[in-house]
Amino acid sequence: MEKFEKLSGIAAPMPLVNIDTDMIIPKQYLKTIKRTGLGVHAFAEMRYDDQGNENPDFVLNQPAYREASVIVAGDNFGCGSSREHAPWALADFGIKVVISTSFADIFFNNCFKNGMLPIVMPQEVVDVLMQDAEKGSNARMEVDLEAQTITTSDGEVFTFEVDPFRKHCLLEGLDDIGLTLEKAAAIDTFEAAAAQARPWV
Amino acid sequence: MSPKTLYDKIWDAHVADEADDGTCLLYIDRHLVHEVTSPQAFEGLRLAGRTVRAPEKTIAVPDHNVPTTLGRDNPESMPEDSRIQVAALDTNAKEFGVHYYPVSDVRQGIVHIVGPEQGWTLPGMTVVCGDSHTATHGAFGALAHGIGTSEVEHVLATQTLIQKKSKNMKVEITGQLRPGVTAKDITLSVIGATGTAGGTGYVIEYCGEAIRSLSMEGRMTVCNMAIEGGARAGLIAPDETTFEYVMGRPHAPKGAQWEAAMNWWKTLYSDDDAHWDKVITLKGEDIAPVVTWGTSPEDVLPITAEVPTAESFKGGKVDAAKRALEYMGLEPGQKLSDIQIDTVFIGSCTNGRIEDLRAAAEILKGKKVKEGMRAMVVPGSGLVRAQAEEEGLAQIFQDAGFEWRLAGCSMCLAMNPDQLKPGERCAATSNRNFEGRQGRGGRTHLMSPAMAAAAAITGHLTDVRELM
Repeated sequence: MEKFEKLSGIAAPMPLVNIDTDMIIPKQYLKTIKRTGLGVHAFAEMRYDDQGNENPDFVLNQPAYREASVIVAGDNFGCGSSREHAPWALADFGIKVVISTSFADIFFNNCFKNGMLPIVMPQEVVDVLMQDAEKGSNARMEVDLEAQTITTSDGEVFTFEVDPFRKHCLLEGLDDIGLTLEKAAAIDTFEAAAAQARPWV
Repeated sequence: MSPKTLYDKIWDAHVADEADDGTCLLYIDRHLVHEVTSPQAFEGLRLAGRTVRAPEKTIAVPDHNVPTTLGRDNPESMPEDSRIQVAALDTNAKEFGVHYYPVSDVRQGIVHIVGPEQGWTLPGMTVVCGDSHTATHGAFGALAHGIGTSEVEHVLATQTLIQKKSKNMKVEITGQLRPGVTAKDITLSVIGATGTAGGTGYVIEYCGEAIRSLSMEGRMTVCNMAIEGGARAGLIAPDETTFEYVMGRPHAPKGAQWEAAMNWWKTLYSDDDAHWDKVITLKGEDIAPVVTWGTSPEDVLPITAEVPTAESFKGGKVDAAKRALEYMGLEPGQKLSDIQIDTVFIGSCTNGRIEDLRAAAEILKGKKVKEGMRAMVVPGSGLVRAQAEEEGLAQIFQDAGFEWRLAGCSMCLAMNPDQLKPGERCAATSNRNFEGRQGRGGRTHLMSPAMAAAAAITGHLTDVRELM
């Protein structure tokens, strides 16, 4: 997995609440057997009209935000379908950090498997970051995972919480499966005991 | 021993390893796989030279892409991208040796209907699938939840998931439901009460007299939508209703193993003084037949209500409601029962089981769908379809003017040709009313099968109690 250590980038404001994974990547783009190349389809139905032309009102189509690497979002970002195509599409577009008051569980997990950092902040902080994001491309936000800080373009610093294990995996770019296979003996032992206790499984 | 919830008990029985920070390896008893979220996972195994650790615990079935029209055994019936995805599942299932129900098999259907039907899903198990509606299996008192494709690969390779424990939430539905009110109305009403993020960070256990009175089909409907409330999983403690459903299923234990299983299953309930981090109680008698008006499952109201104003909400929901009203083409103050529809979809992992088809057929018997209405029934599995034909339900649907389809996810997420066109408005028994969910620009109103049947007859959203 690609490492995530820190970034300095443009943050796009998406204040809409309940942005679901169907919005992030509509179902017609799930018929791929690859993980790559989905960035062009991210938010497709908001981003393009029926003919495939860009909708100029959509935030990521605006000149200031075309290079965004952070999204500051409304509550409950990533709700709905478990499709990992959602973080794949965001990452492929260039989004590495999403900040919201809350995330849906599966989307939140999926981000960490793809070198992305979802950050939960209280409403008042999200409000400040949203205002900062609305300043456009001259305002760069900094996110430092090691220090667990977000720095606004005005230099205001907020600290965030992150699960220590997930932080470690992101900083080192560790592959979950490789880590788990180091514990194969524990799995073998558990499996043998479970086969005795619940042989019908 | 300290008192435990049902979730605590299942969790404790499946921890294969626990790190100092509480990160666990949770052992997975059943891994269900479909064609959309698995190809990259199998490819990952191949690239790393890994195998499937427990192919005997892995069950694959194509459901999302498959056409629901006759003649679909012919691969030419699918567009190329769908065909490639289904073919990839065929190849992966054979190459890695997992259980497989191809499109040509009468047991094929929506993965969350096939699992319970075949007895793969049993009480006390851990069940995962690369699909958020895995929550369905919680109806059996199994800890079941959706995972992403990286986690699918992780489970294929290790038969475990890296997990931290969620909090415990109890949702109690007291008393009895009134006539015309169903499991779908319960689960939508709970989401209406908690919001779509109300369950985030929790595993929900549904309990109370109204839940106990539900059949397994109804319980699956309730747990199916736990995810729409944000919960990791929904659970219902197993009881005689559960055991009766499971007994005799192809992969359920038999003989002495059945007795041994029952001894454990009967211990799977939350202890009286167990700790709950959050408790919600609804009175069964207070729940009405409901429909959704907006683009989030939390946008739900009794059918007797009116379309709300955006200003009646708070915070970020005001703008979201404005957007939803515009997308749905609705005016505040409009009676929900005045909303005209042109399409009816009965099916999905939420409401594609035999009891759902019976409930809809009961309303449709001897009636016709409104002229010009496009109405379809998509049974949840080939076996549900066969049973419905045997019971004469298929004839009732067809006589009423419904299309009688083959099994699959179909118009719930419109990955196959069953889609809404822009502006079309559908009474749907599925689980999500998101923008574009059933087709770009399509408008979805979620409801129970009986309510969808009523709407098919009148041509507008309808209080089913008026037709009973």
